[in-house]
Amino acid sequence: MSYIIPVGIVTGIGLLAGAILTVADKFMGVKMDETAAKVLAALPGANCGACGFAGCQDYANTLAKDEEHVIKANLCTPGGDSVAMEVSSILGVEFEGASSQFAIMKCSGSQDRTNYAMDYKGHQTCKANKLFYRGRGACEMACLGFGDCVNVCEYGAIRIENGLAVINKNRCVGCGLCAKACPNALIEIVPEKTRVVVGCSSIDTGKDTRQICSIGCIACKLCEKTCKFDAIHVIDNHAVIDYTKCKNCTLCAKKCPTNVIHVFPKPVNAAKQKAKPVVAEPSQEEASVQ
Amino acid sequence: MSIFSKHLPAVHVEHHKYTADSPTEKMPVPDKVYISMAQHIGAPCQPKVAVGDLVKVGQVIGDTEAFVSAPIHSSVSGKVTAIEKNLTMSGIWDLIVTIATDKKQEVLEGLAPPQVDDKDSFIKAVRASGLVGLGGAAFPTHIKFNPKNLDEVDSFIINGAECEPYLTADYRTMMENSELLVNGLKNILKYLKIKRGIIGIESNKAPAINKLRAMVKDTPEIEVMELKAVYPQGGERVLIYETTGREIPIGKLPADIGAIVSNISSVVALETYIETGMPLIAKKVTVAGNAIRTPKNIEAPIGTQVNQLIEFCGGYKRIPRKLIMGGPMMGAAIYDDGMTVNKNTSGILAFDEESASVPKETSCINCGRCIRTCPMLLMPALLAKAYEAKDVEQLQKLNVALCMECGCCSYVCPAKKQLSFTNKLGKRLVMEGGKK
Repeated sequence: MSYIIPVGIVTGIGLLAGAILTVADKFMGVKMDETAAKVLAALPGANCGACGFAGCQDYANTLAKDEEHVIKANLCTPGGDSVAMEVSSILGVEFEGASSQFAIMKCSGSQDRTNYAMDYKGHQTCKANKLFYRGRGACEMACLGFGDCVNVCEYGAIRIENGLAVINKNRCVGCGLCAKACPNALIEIVPEKTRVVVGCSSIDTGKDTRQICSIGCIACKLCEKTCKFDAIHVIDNHAVIDYTKCKNCTLCAKKCPTNVIHVFPKPVNAAKQKAKPVVAEPSQEEASVQ
Repeated sequence: MSIFSKHLPAVHVEHHKYTADSPTEKMPVPDKVYISMAQHIGAPCQPKVAVGDLVKVGQVIGDTEAFVSAPIHSSVSGKVTAIEKNLTMSGIWDLIVTIATDKKQEVLEGLAPPQVDDKDSFIKAVRASGLVGLGGAAFPTHIKFNPKNLDEVDSFIINGAECEPYLTADYRTMMENSELLVNGLKNILKYLKIKRGIIGIESNKAPAINKLRAMVKDTPEIEVMELKAVYPQGGERVLIYETTGREIPIGKLPADIGAIVSNISSVVALETYIETGMPLIAKKVTVAGNAIRTPKNIEAPIGTQVNQLIEFCGGYKRIPRKLIMGGPMMGAAIYDDGMTVNKNTSGILAFDEESASVPKETSCINCGRCIRTCPMLLMPALLAKAYEAKDVEQLQKLNVALCMECGCCSYVCPAKKQLSFTNKLGKRLVMEGGKK
């Protein structure tokens, strides 16, 4: 019967430890935010930062803390409508369709249209090349072609073709990582309805641009005069479209003498646009979760 | 390098000082000079002349109210033909004043030696001379000479190491302008009330050491110190350690440990201004490299284009593949020989295909040579890994900001990794990370 004492001691210690832990949990435990956990589960978990927060966890926490619902629940562009709907139903807010976006390239300077000013031998990244004078392109704002954007794209939507980054619209989810990686800020994230894109960001005067690039914007302002909606303006020697005003009439593209305003083809079937999912009524239970 | 040695680690580079014995030749005034308004660290100057103005040698053509700045003077006499924004040597867009020369080199009337009798008038004269750190950093000298704790400074060190291969402009200055150098140092010691003056010269410049030692024989406060002929003896922190044995703590300036370092050419240019009133308008430049027909030391007006310097040396003898402004270790490659000589230009090097080829980079073999070579005692191999992981915290922990980009790590790396460049990018990353 000598084993009874050690068993008793160990059991005693176990019970004591259990009691201490229970008490400690009661008084010192970190309260788990159930909403945050639920939202996090609903998010895709790509940690791309498209929502503007530092990863999915941060977005979920912020949403859960935001009792006034100031921060929108539809900021996750990679997740699209389905994720936005799930998140809104968890939070008990009205569903708004996720604003689908995609990236556009504001340079058309491939190797047959413009040249490199130097034979750059340093680190083969855009960022490193940009430190060296103004980059290897003859045009200061040209695509450097080392593919910093390709390296950050999680969705394989960008490739370098003839020294120019080309974005595959179908694969792009509009997370905006490439836009942050480009040292020349050539990539812009635009609403999905966008069809007209100015493929130039040159800050050189028209005369200089003509000498170094066969397609670059020469700031002739023909587009500005043509536009009926006051949506396109020449700023810093290149045309810039205001996408809040642009109606996709494509008149500017037709007038452009250098054909630097590109037009995406119309969606094949306009009627096949994403049907808005029915708004789910948040249940009383979910709505009351803090 | 043994850990018991009191010297800092360094590399033995081939010296290639072929132009050491060729006396400086004065270059004829070119037809046009292009004077950049951003020739110093700090706010660029505003042009003080307009298109069509006639200017004379020594006339102020650019100045600014900003604290960290130095005025810019015309190096020629002639007519201002254009003031345009263009890419300057410092890699930024700024105004460049183009002057069509009349070849007469008329000196500005009333150019007289400044009145210098105490510290304040001396510092004022330093600023008026347009002097910046001529060794390469281009930091305005009048700020460097006037730190907050000037009374604690007890050593003034003149950098005559010229540790970069090929360059011999400083050596020629020491040989040709030794009187100006010694008098300049005496004036600096007198007006700034510094007890001790040190001229540090590498042992491969024995004639200069002997000449200067003979000249300062009767001046006990000036000492000519012989340094080992290894790279990078001329780095500020390295030079202070090798001459005085003092270490600069991280984030401190040389003045905080009682030392001011200045370049040979800076002291000579300053003394020239004090004696004659002629500001900094010309620069001694070594033109060398295996693609140059006759390498030379040239005194060129500031604003001269690089291609004219090379033409003065007989042009290219082989097809140039790489042009470097400065020394081969720390200088910056230029992609256009239309760029101009600035205040801080000390050399123009042109290399052919064979010398300019960049070896293929392979993987790090963890040999640790870069770590043993770093004069700042950093760990370039780990810094490179931290940079690849974009780990700002780790970069800061490894003191990336201490890197002076001397290039020793890249030089010794058997895998030919561009470690020095990675450090530069790492520093940049830390700066950007700190902003957020």
